Amino acid sequence: MIRPQDLIDSAFRSLRINPMRSFLTALGVIIGVASVIAMTALGAGAQEQTQNSIRSLGSNLLIIVPGATRGQGVVFTPSSFFSLTLDDVEAIAKEIPGVQVAAPSQRAGGQIVAEGTNWNSRIEGVTPDYLIARDWTIGSGRMFDDREARQGKPIVVLGQTVVDNLFPNGNAVGQKIRINNGPYEVVGVLGKKGQSATGNDQDDILIAPFAVVKRRISGRFGGRADTVSTIYVKTERAEDLDRVQEEVTNLLRQRHKIQPGAMDDFTVQNLASIADTFKQVTQTFTWLLAAISGVSLVVGGIGIMNIMLVSVTERTREIGLRKALGARSADVLNQFGLEAIALSSAGGAIGLVFGILIAWGITALIKFPLVVSPASALVALLVSAAVGVLFGAYPAWRAARLDPIEALRRE
Amino acid sequence: MAALITARMLAKIYRMGEERVRALDGVDFDIDEGEFAAIVGPSGSGKSTLMNLIGGLDRASDGVLTIAGGTLAKMNDATLAAFRNKRIGFVFQSFNLLPRLSALENVELPMIYAGVPPAKRRKRAAELLAQVGLGERGRHRPTQLSGGQQQRVAIARALSCSPSLLLADEPTGALDTKTGTEILGLFKQLNRDGVTIVIVTHDPGVAANAQRVIEMRDGRIVADRRTETR
Repeated sequence: MIRPQDLIDSAFRSLRINPMRSFLTALGVIIGVASVIAMTALGAGAQEQTQNSIRSLGSNLLIIVPGATRGQGVVFTPSSFFSLTLDDVEAIAKEIPGVQVAAPSQRAGGQIVAEGTNWNSRIEGVTPDYLIARDWTIGSGRMFDDREARQGKPIVVLGQTVVDNLFPNGNAVGQKIRINNGPYEVVGVLGKKGQSATGNDQDDILIAPFAVVKRRISGRFGGRADTVSTIYVKTERAEDLDRVQEEVTNLLRQRHKIQPGAMDDFTVQNLASIADTFKQVTQTFTWLLAAISGVSLVVGGIGIMNIMLVSVTERTREIGLRKALGARSADVLNQFGLEAIALSSAGGAIGLVFGILIAWGITALIKFPLVVSPASALVALLVSAAVGVLFGAYPAWRAARLDPIEALRRE
Repeated sequence: MAALITARMLAKIYRMGEERVRALDGVDFDIDEGEFAAIVGPSGSGKSTLMNLIGGLDRASDGVLTIAGGTLAKMNDATLAAFRNKRIGFVFQSFNLLPRLSALENVELPMIYAGVPPAKRRKRAAELLAQVGLGERGRHRPTQLSGGQQQRVAIARALSCSPSLLLADEPTGALDTKTGTEILGLFKQLNRDGVTIVIVTHDPGVAANAQRVIEMRDGRIVADRRTETR
């Protein structure tokens, strides 16, 4: 019986006889695997990117906004527009176990002016809990404290983008700015956070004491003095998120005296579930791309089958001779099968390297994280080997069942 | 001496459409160990069919064929391959060397299928090439060798697994007379060393080198002569 290493050796020898042809035959698989690897790497990169930016909103976070959700949109009725109050915030913090902080926020907009430069930015009136809820830190200077937030001292903390635009020289702490003609002092600058999942610049923000924004900036569109536009609820543990979401919903329904069966006048967004949705979308997208590239892998396999069939015809005499000299049909089957597998596996390995290079090039260009999972690399190699088995089987079978007498007679 | 090949009522029938062609029509003979026999006859006489049956390349339609104690009809594909590998050494008219392999590698080929380890088969191949007078040509490709040299490589290859029988099909058919005589000389030499040889040929001049000539016509043996020309 032939030794396995001799069988492998003879398969590789036949491929080396015609290196150009072997390379061109493998090219289909090379392109197929390269595109599958590049596409899945890009998909995984996109997923990582989304996850990162969703995580940057804050971890273990529930965001509660006024207005009911029905299907895709938020439905406002006059009474639901200002449905959330400071008392609601306090009740959530006090009555629901597992809540680390419940931070109120009043959103507003306004023209920020400093040293003759204008900048239009998002303005939020908050308390110091806001930073805890959103996992945010102070880059320089300080945050206003609880007392200042309640009293409404005219001081502000700027996001990095606002600083970049208003104080290009960098030093913003201690400077004076004006919002809607009122004077404020900058006491701190927020650490840089980057883009959100939807592409918004999270650093384009100004935060000020809640009472200040209520009294002097948000105006009549901000509602009564005790209404809030957003409540950020941070739980102590990620596992509590779903339970706290349910309890917050129940508590607020009870506080707002909503009848059973009636619609909520608020919406609780769970960042974990939003992240899940995004993950599903990007994953589906990745699979789609991989499937499309997979088609080229099949085309590569057909290329291998075609050349293997030609090779069997060309080498009919050799096959007959090998059989006369003692090769069993199984040996011939194995030799041609191995040749096909060697072609497709080599194609797979080369394609893997190319795929990673392509993914690396693209991610470097669009500043994505490069994610090549060992699992997808392994799968690509196994699939390309399987392509060899699948498309090499028929030519190998044809070779194996050649009649040695007929084969030797052939010119 | 014991009979190496025993054929009894051996028949091979081909179907050509509606017609049944009796390529072999009940053949009986024995060939003993150490014999040098020639099977002769015009084309269509059934000599090639007989050679294919003896070589284990084809199966008989009827009758019994026993070679070196093995009954060929009872062998399956894998055993028949092993039989060809170990018992039969083929020599072809057109040499049938693999052009991409060196002379040494061509000689090694049957030993690869016998599972002989590389070092051992390389050593044996070199010895065999030396035996057929090509000791220094081991690294040459078949295309770099003359016809006579190629046939010597083929003979070395046929001997590599120490077969019971050297089976040659018109071994001088592609060679000029002088080279053909040399090759036949090599066969005689090998036969003197104890190798059993069966040559299939249409050429009476070639057959004259054998000790025994089996003449065939229309699928039957018409004459079986022993000569003493050694």
